[in-house]
Amino acid sequence: MSLLSVKELSFLYSKGTPFEHKAVDQVSFEIERGDFIGIIGHTGSGKSTLVQMLNGLLKPTSGSITLDGINIWDKPKEIRKIRFKVGLVFQYPEYQLFEETVEKDIAFGPTNMGLNEAEVKDRVIKAAQFVDLKPNLLQKSPFDLSGGEKRRAAIAGVIAMDPDILILDEPCAGLDPLGRDILLTQIYRYHQERGNTVLLVSHSMEDVASVCDKVLVMNHSRLEMYDTCKEVFSQGDRLASMGLRIPQITAIVDSLIEMGFPLSKGTLTVESAVYEITEYLKKEGRL
Amino acid sequence: MRDITLGQYFPADSVIHRLDPRVKILSLIAYIVLVFCTFHFTSLAFIAATVLTIILMTKVPLKMYLKSLKVIIIIVIITSILNLFYGTGEPIFQWGIIKITYDGIRNAVFVCVRIICLILLSSVLTFTTSPTDMTDALERLMKPLTVFHVKVHEIAMMMTIALRFVPTLLEETDKIMAAQKARGADMESGDLFARIKALVPVLVPLFVSAFRRAYELATAMECRCYRGGEGRTRMKQLHLTKRDFISIVFTAFVIAGVVLLNIFGHVLIPSFV
Repeated sequence: MSLLSVKELSFLYSKGTPFEHKAVDQVSFEIERGDFIGIIGHTGSGKSTLVQMLNGLLKPTSGSITLDGINIWDKPKEIRKIRFKVGLVFQYPEYQLFEETVEKDIAFGPTNMGLNEAEVKDRVIKAAQFVDLKPNLLQKSPFDLSGGEKRRAAIAGVIAMDPDILILDEPCAGLDPLGRDILLTQIYRYHQERGNTVLLVSHSMEDVASVCDKVLVMNHSRLEMYDTCKEVFSQGDRLASMGLRIPQITAIVDSLIEMGFPLSKGTLTVESAVYEITEYLKKEGRL
Repeated sequence: MRDITLGQYFPADSVIHRLDPRVKILSLIAYIVLVFCTFHFTSLAFIAATVLTIILMTKVPLKMYLKSLKVIIIIVIITSILNLFYGTGEPIFQWGIIKITYDGIRNAVFVCVRIICLILLSSVLTFTTSPTDMTDALERLMKPLTVFHVKVHEIAMMMTIALRFVPTLLEETDKIMAAQKARGADMESGDLFARIKALVPVLVPLFVSAFRRAYELATAMECRCYRGGEGRTRMKQLHLTKRDFISIVFTAFVIAGVVLLNIFGHVLIPSFV
């Protein structure tokens, strides 16, 4: 049985008014435990609405979300429990920091779960380690941290709840290239070490290609594709028609293929491209 | 949180929308005074009909007006009931200490219609006038106060900025609330103290971001050489047009109508007070 199964999910904004607007339209998919899935789509394609429904912040207009075999809206009073199981990190999460110290802020989630002090402390330290926050920062005010540190502290606040599914909405927006690489590596490591399911909403095809196993493509409120990275990114034309593109390295390899080189479509990383090209050159005796 | 219609601009293409905002503000004041100067049923009915006509002319859906009435309907009911029972004179109906008099019914109807007219008229102004037009007009209307060293331009600028940021801050509140709920914040249950405490995780980030926005906006304004109202010209000048004069004449006729009905109303329908 899959961890999370979504069936014919729809969401209408301002239902029953002239401003009625369908944000998510009849979306169905399944997520297995341990999946690392990228969610891509142009602005306004319904990604954010979709992920807010997955953790019960928005109630779907129709359709169902089943987590571990249980419909999450069966007991509306216990929706908070679902939010602990499906952790959602919003865009620009650093704007939600509020406590006196970083430690207390990270502890907000676990404390709300009703854990005892020792457990909370343990989780805070572990979460801080995952995002590489130095222990001396924990006693500082969150407003004294640098931009990147704030971002990581906010993400730690969700990781500390130890959710079965971690959803990150554009976690790298506004970070410099180095900060982006560090954060992505940390998320990847988190996924590898804990074996948890991670959903990454992103506009950067490179980010998705470098860390995710599968990609879910949203287009005009509908689910357009849901497959492995290789499969999705080998369909450059189809993505282009949705206002998306493929990772740069995939595009380069695609043009090489067009020029007649026998490389494989849907190459996702620079490393694998280099490997394939050198293999080819060796075979040709040019290297 | 998004359902606050009172004080919301509703863009449409109507005569009322195109009126000079200064004329609209002054007319609103005139109509409000007029609503409270109706002393006879006929003049009350006349002013109610006028309000209805104006509403229909704005081309704003009636639903919007009903929404803004919804907010104050409880106040209307309570004041009407109070008036109903506190009338003086000969009781028509009596049960214990509760008595209803002819006077009471009359007062209840008057209060009810007056408050509704009041809300509808103010809604007409806010629905048909964009916040920038409104503050522009207020700045112009308050200009004579500069004689008393009132910083009219600064006040108007502050109002513009405040109005401009209402939707932004509402949106921000929604976002922060959602983010804290995602971390398990519980804002819907618990006693009063628990609920107030639950607001802290929302209010602190909200204040922080309000200050951040204030700094950013101040810098942006300074970058464009803003230095207050002295010698400042405007891109959009307010001009009175033929349309505005027609509306002023219309208002004058309504005033005359109310005055005449107040005096001669009992001649037309003698059985009413």
